[in-house]
Amino acid sequence: MNDLGQDLGSRRLQGKVAFVSGGLRGIGLACVERFLAEGAEVVLSDLDAPDSALAGEVLGRLGQAASYVQANVTKEADWQRARDVVQSRHGKLHILVNNAGIDLTGPVEGLTMEGWRRIMDINVDGVFLGVKTFVPMLAEHGKEFRGGASIVNVSSIMGLVGYTDTSAYNASKGAVRLFTKSIAVEFAKKQMPIRANSLHPGFVVTPLLQEGFQRWVEKGAAAKAQDLVDAVAAQTPLGRLADPAELAAGVFFLASEDSAYMTGAELVMDGGWTAQ
Amino acid sequence: MDRRLDNGRLDGKVALVTGGTSGIGAGTVERLAAEGAKVIFTGSNAAAAEQLCAATGAQFRAHRVQDASAWPALMAAILAEHGRLDIAFANAGTEHGDASVEDIGIEGWDNVIAVNQTGVMLTVQHAIRAMKANPDGATGSIIINSSMNAHRAMGNFVAYSVSKAAVVALVKSAAVHCGNRGYKIRVNAVLPGVVETGIIRGQIENAPDPAAARAAYEGMSPLGRMGGVDEVAGLVAWLASDEARFVSGSEYVIDGATTAGMMGV
Repeated sequence: MNDLGQDLGSRRLQGKVAFVSGGLRGIGLACVERFLAEGAEVVLSDLDAPDSALAGEVLGRLGQAASYVQANVTKEADWQRARDVVQSRHGKLHILVNNAGIDLTGPVEGLTMEGWRRIMDINVDGVFLGVKTFVPMLAEHGKEFRGGASIVNVSSIMGLVGYTDTSAYNASKGAVRLFTKSIAVEFAKKQMPIRANSLHPGFVVTPLLQEGFQRWVEKGAAAKAQDLVDAVAAQTPLGRLADPAELAAGVFFLASEDSAYMTGAELVMDGGWTAQ
Repeated sequence: MDRRLDNGRLDGKVALVTGGTSGIGAGTVERLAAEGAKVIFTGSNAAAAEQLCAATGAQFRAHRVQDASAWPALMAAILAEHGRLDIAFANAGTEHGDASVEDIGIEGWDNVIAVNQTGVMLTVQHAIRAMKANPDGATGSIIINSSMNAHRAMGNFVAYSVSKAAVVALVKSAAVHCGNRGYKIRVNAVLPGVVETGIIRGQIENAPDPAAARAAYEGMSPLGRMGGVDEVAGLVAWLASDEARFVSGSEYVIDGATTAGMMGV
């Protein structure tokens, strides 16, 4: 399924620099791979140590155009360090993908304050800090191409519709949706050359989804995770879940000059799930 | 702008564009053809069509989208020549006869609803019927040209506002229907803001104060400019391509943040 970028090879991001948080797994990793296939240079962050097995395997495969910085999206000092790495290695940034996120499920009366704070910290504060940290650099270099620099904040279909036992995740992703619209209007009004759009993935086969489904199984929601996958596929008009590369195709579109007039928009990629 | 259209993203695909002789329709004919698709477009301005055919290699057929009885012959001709349909862009639209809810005449209402709503339904209906018979199974991408006015209405264009909201519901119904039947046919809408088409340019030039009219149109988006026909065509081409193969039932706003906040505020 990972054929999208490779097939096209249009290299429409030649000369551009991108930053992707949560870049070692899932949709984030697929975005990194797609950007590289399109000719961009990429800095990716995640929680894993640089000498961890996963970071070593991924970075070894990605090659010289990719580099890694260990960063916790909830810590402003880590973002500043990430910015220093981008500055020293590339001196510019054109594309920012705020992708890192976690989920949390359970009845609202059973959620702990600690759990609530943690998901807001990562899913909402992490996006705010990424934008805050990189806006000056994006504003400076955005005028280098049509439409300006591009911020893509990864929300969710759960930022659009409510779902049982998902209140904290719903709230966090809803915040990402409207935060994105607000900064889009703000940058446009001030003639800052930065676009901002939100991505709303449906059900995507990622480690986050697989771990989440396993927790539902442990809570007795199904006999095995595959039953949940099958149920979601049956509820989706296109009849299946997505591959991360298919979401990366949307992020690439929002990062490319082809979407120059799109800002403050929502890219829903859910196989029709929220249309019904 | 280097669009690198030679990647052949739409090679071998057959596309139908309604209302293709001018504006966003014509821009999309150009873009789909440049990416490798065989394009058939409809409309009524034969002179404009001739130029577009010469420039792009696309084919023109005189056809009115609201004429239900003319659809079977159009589709039969496309399938006879090309053997398949992969892309349909339901673009034809009008504001002719529109007014406020208080002032509109029934003829004006009927005309706008016939073209913008019934015409789009007929386009989607006939596209699905053709696509489900594709040799490699029921596959295809249908895109409807709605408007940001589906989300923010205009007081002096009641029929246009209503019809553009209606076709968003049509998109979702059609996407869900295709899912129910197991078709791999995707149906999505684009919702452009103010786009600098020939019609808009004409309205600006014919206004009592053209500079003020241009400023008013440009000021609707916080970006301070209108959208380009090529920018909307780029989104349509992306939705038409396999890049968007997990996208169905979606409505994509392309309006320079006009409706991310409040228009003009």
